[in-house]
Amino acid sequence: MIRFDNVTKTYPKQNRPALRDVSLEIEKGEFVFLVGSSGSGKSTFLRLILREERTDTGAVHVLGKDLARLSNWKVPQMRRQLGTVFQDFRLLPSKTVAENVAFALEVIGKPRGTIRKTVPEVLDLVGLGGKEDRMPGELSGGEQQRVAIARAFVNRPMLLIADEPTGNLDPQTSVGIMRLLDRINRTGTTVVMATHDENIVDQMRKRVIELDKGRLVRDQSRGVYGYQH
Amino acid sequence: MRVQFVLSEIRVGLRRNLTMTFAVIISVALSLALAGSAVLANKQVSSMKGYWYDKVQVSIFLCNKNDAKSDPNCTKGAVTDVQKKQILADLNKLPVVQHVYYESAEEAYKHYKEQFKDSPLVDSLTPDQMQESYRVKLKDPTKFDVVASAFNGRAGVQEVQDQRKLLNNLFNLLNGMTYVAWAVVVFMLAIALLLIVNTVRISAFSRRRETGIMRLVGASSFYIQMPFIMEAAFAGIVGAGLASVMLLIGRYFLIDHGLALSQKITLIDFLGWSDVISVLPLVFLAGVLIPAFAAFIALRKYLKV
Repeated sequence: MIRFDNVTKTYPKQNRPALRDVSLEIEKGEFVFLVGSSGSGKSTFLRLILREERTDTGAVHVLGKDLARLSNWKVPQMRRQLGTVFQDFRLLPSKTVAENVAFALEVIGKPRGTIRKTVPEVLDLVGLGGKEDRMPGELSGGEQQRVAIARAFVNRPMLLIADEPTGNLDPQTSVGIMRLLDRINRTGTTVVMATHDENIVDQMRKRVIELDKGRLVRDQSRGVYGYQH
Repeated sequence: MRVQFVLSEIRVGLRRNLTMTFAVIISVALSLALAGSAVLANKQVSSMKGYWYDKVQVSIFLCNKNDAKSDPNCTKGAVTDVQKKQILADLNKLPVVQHVYYESAEEAYKHYKEQFKDSPLVDSLTPDQMQESYRVKLKDPTKFDVVASAFNGRAGVQEVQDQRKLLNNLFNLLNGMTYVAWAVVVFMLAIALLLIVNTVRISAFSRRRETGIMRLVGASSFYIQMPFIMEAAFAGIVGAGLASVMLLIGRYFLIDHGLALSQKITLIDFLGWSDVISVLPLVFLAGVLIPAFAAFIALRKYLKV
């Protein structure tokens, strides 16, 4: 599903690489936590998967494709098989809940019939049935994140990338979001989630990958957040 | 491709940037109207030049039967073959002459018809009313006097005409105005392009949330860029429409009414409506392509896809 081979990435005008010689493999259907302090390279790791950035040396394979060899015009096709969720939700404030989710399908040219059918389904799945016509501003943080997850999942992606999805949420709401991500994972979707949330990682007991100053320092199945942190 | 979606994006985008859109429309309209007038002025000049203008400097018109009755230079009757041969031989002997063309009455009629095809005068003319002529190309275009003094007043010659004297001043004026018009067009277009680039930049900034999401969910760059380009093209079409109206109104007031040049200067065959209409497709093409291209270039800078 995802394979990093000796990946090094240095941003322009920076001395220290953001990622240094990282190799790992994530299988289909896995649930993986990506942990590490700020600046450890988590975001770079995710941006490389999304091909927002490209490696200096080493190769990144996602869904069986070498991203270095993927031409620019094929990147959108690749991203359609990925879903993305962020700490700040990134919803469109002027569109309703249903329109926000539908937007993701509209802009990739899905027929209207499909959109009308799938949007209510996925909103039911994330537990927002009946709130289709609300505006994002009227929803709680947890509900907004559910909308974002619905939008990421509406196209049934193979892989869901979540960058600190619970970073703006209180612990109880976070648990709800994690249950939802776990359910999505059980449908066969691979989930990679960067997080600072110690409790969540310790409770879920999933595979944990830890980065420190750009290096891969721990890769542990059924791991915890950290020993000393 | 969901047409409705793209259209609604364009509408929202244009409304958000209403003042900028107006500025783009007006500057595109003015520059296209000027460019169109310059093209038309050029057409007018070349339609006035006629068949011989760029080829010869001197025309020697020979008497025909009608002239023999009315013209004081032709009292000895129409030109004879002997006179014609003599004139040709003498012309070829002159050192300033580079080449002599002979134009028969039929050819003169044909050329006249081509030049004045829109004019009602053509119908009342017949070939035997036209004059035969020698058209003379000089080695030194300023040496008109040499030819004039040699042939003026000779039997069979009605008139020796300096081809350039007649219209040169007018042409110089028109050409000068055309150059000025093009220079202004360049500046106006530059303003239009800068306005478009700025509009796109503002538009891209105010829509960065949408475009960011579009990128993430895998919208193609075509789909992401299209609304911006269509916005610019739409403003361009409206501008081109205004420019077309200006050109049509311009012809109406200059030639037919208002200034009514066609009634004051009857010698010139002014451009018809069909000439004006024939440049409109060009105006529209430029009006769509230039703004769309400018938007496309601006997007490469201001919109990551």
